[in-house]
Amino acid sequence: MRRRRRRPSVVVAVLAAVAVAFFVVPLIGLLQRAPWSELTDDLTDPVVRDALRLSLVCSVSATALAFAFGLPLAWVLARTDLPGRRLVRALVLLPMVLPPVVGGVALLLAFGRRGLVGQYLDDWFGITLPFTTWGAILAEAFVAMPFFVIVVEAGLRSLDSRYEEAAATLGAHRFTTFRRVVLPLIAPSVIAGAALTWARALGEFGATILFAGNLRGETQTMPLAIFVELQTNLGGAIALSLVLLAVSIVVLVSLRDRWFPA
Amino acid sequence: MVPGMSLDAAVALTLGSLALDVALEAAPGETVALLGPNGAGKTTMLRAIAGLLPVDSGCVALDGEVFDDPRSGTWIPPERRPVGYVFQDHALFPHLTAVENVAFGLRARGVRRREARGRAHEWLERVGAAAHAGARPGALSGGQAQRVALARALAPEPRVLLLDEPLAALDATSRIDTRRELRRHLGGHDGVRIVVTHDPVDAMTLGDRVVVIEAGRVVQAGPLGELRERPRSRYVADLVGVNLYRGAADGGLIRLLEHGELVAATEAAGDVFAIVPPRSVALYRREPEGTPRNVLSGTVEHLDVEGDRVRVIVAGPVPVTAEVTPAAVAELELTPGTSVWASIKATEITVYPA
Repeated sequence: MRRRRRRPSVVVAVLAAVAVAFFVVPLIGLLQRAPWSELTDDLTDPVVRDALRLSLVCSVSATALAFAFGLPLAWVLARTDLPGRRLVRALVLLPMVLPPVVGGVALLLAFGRRGLVGQYLDDWFGITLPFTTWGAILAEAFVAMPFFVIVVEAGLRSLDSRYEEAAATLGAHRFTTFRRVVLPLIAPSVIAGAALTWARALGEFGATILFAGNLRGETQTMPLAIFVELQTNLGGAIALSLVLLAVSIVVLVSLRDRWFPA
Repeated sequence: MVPGMSLDAAVALTLGSLALDVALEAAPGETVALLGPNGAGKTTMLRAIAGLLPVDSGCVALDGEVFDDPRSGTWIPPERRPVGYVFQDHALFPHLTAVENVAFGLRARGVRRREARGRAHEWLERVGAAAHAGARPGALSGGQAQRVALARALAPEPRVLLLDEPLAALDATSRIDTRRELRRHLGGHDGVRIVVTHDPVDAMTLGDRVVVIEAGRVVQAGPLGELRERPRSRYVADLVGVNLYRGAADGGLIRLLEHGELVAATEAAGDVFAIVPPRSVALYRREPEGTPRNVLSGTVEHLDVEGDRVRVIVAGPVPVTAEVTPAAVAELELTPGTSVWASIKATEITVYPA
């Protein structure tokens, strides 16, 4: 039986068209000003190159941090019944809705040189996080890790726990079970979570500029470089914007079946 | 049974609305069939033995080695119990091939990859699934998956083998073959075997001994012949297909617990069960006169055709099931709602103490 398609009224159709235009026109603006012929030159500009390299390092490191700490956290949230789990989940998800600038201020007050934890890191270990590449990585991880945790937790929840039980009755310890049974079975969730986390980390601006500053080659990632270049080197800013746009589209397309069904 | 050389599981635990309290002993080389309706606690019992659930009180021990005892705080996790578990619906790892599934337990116990694969292949051959060694579980039929699941549970050579509804997922045709094969494989395992099923035919074919569980309690245990001759609950009576009554006997007269009375040819006293085989119940459209001592009135509730016989379920003050020929059904014009008289000869009633 053919499904009957409803026709929208004229008013609704016009409003919807305005909404679409609102999303599409800026993209056209970006693309039509793109200096296609000089793109190679713009992308090899030292400032742009430094920003590209640093963004790659920071976003991959932030994703690695999210994997290393987020995976155990997702497991605890999905598979245990520790008290306070709901509160923990709410706290973990907070950075997703918190303005990144506020996150940057909070990071500074916690890990800054005179911060709650930062002063001891500085005094005892001589570790300084703010205004370093590690600071940029931390800022990106703070903002992006929740994506990894919620996606992986959802994957774990939908995994039939009988596979873990079967592995246990076959003599596999919990870590072996996790490595050989759970991880392969939730791999799609882990990959999707990592991709979302990486994309979010790559675009991070507010927390990074507050906590890590804007030092070329040290903390000036692509979004920060775009902000600076916009005033002096429009071509470079557009080139970097195009790189980020391309990355976004690739992530969107590769995850569309799983997270953005048509 | 040699003391200390067997599985000794006294399991008491509460899980949702189920309050399980079952003591089970099983010797090596013996297959115990846990039979009971859905929700009786059969699977929960297996899970407690395997260590997938802790007991609230009681004790699970094998050959004197304690696995779980809350009083002494002893707890051996499932991965350290020598227990093989065949899950209902098999729970084969979907990302591994059949042979990798079977090798999993050996690998987890430290057997080297090459040797584990070799032994896994041997197990697959033994259960007749060698042709599917390279297939993923998604590509296996129910019967094939069942064989692989059995090989996977047997490969680490457990001392206790637990099977949860091993035949429930199969269609009627493969069920008969698989049941026969399963019986052979169980015979080849020299440890304790426990099979959970809700199907009396499975219990009969696979079990040396049947333990019937209802609502978390053992209602009857013993060889199947004993269950057939001396059912002690409505569930068991329905399984073996006899009419079961309970009452107080005074000589040949039995006053039934619910309503009415029966007259038996044998004398008894006190709380008794009485069974009547449906084949010995005669049906009439008019009240019969003459010899029969027991005449029950009622209406036909429904008719079940079973092979060349028809089971007629009669509702009334004393409910009774009769088994008659299709010719008799036609002659008596029996349909649901028909009022009938059922007669039982006193000599056809077996009475035994409750």
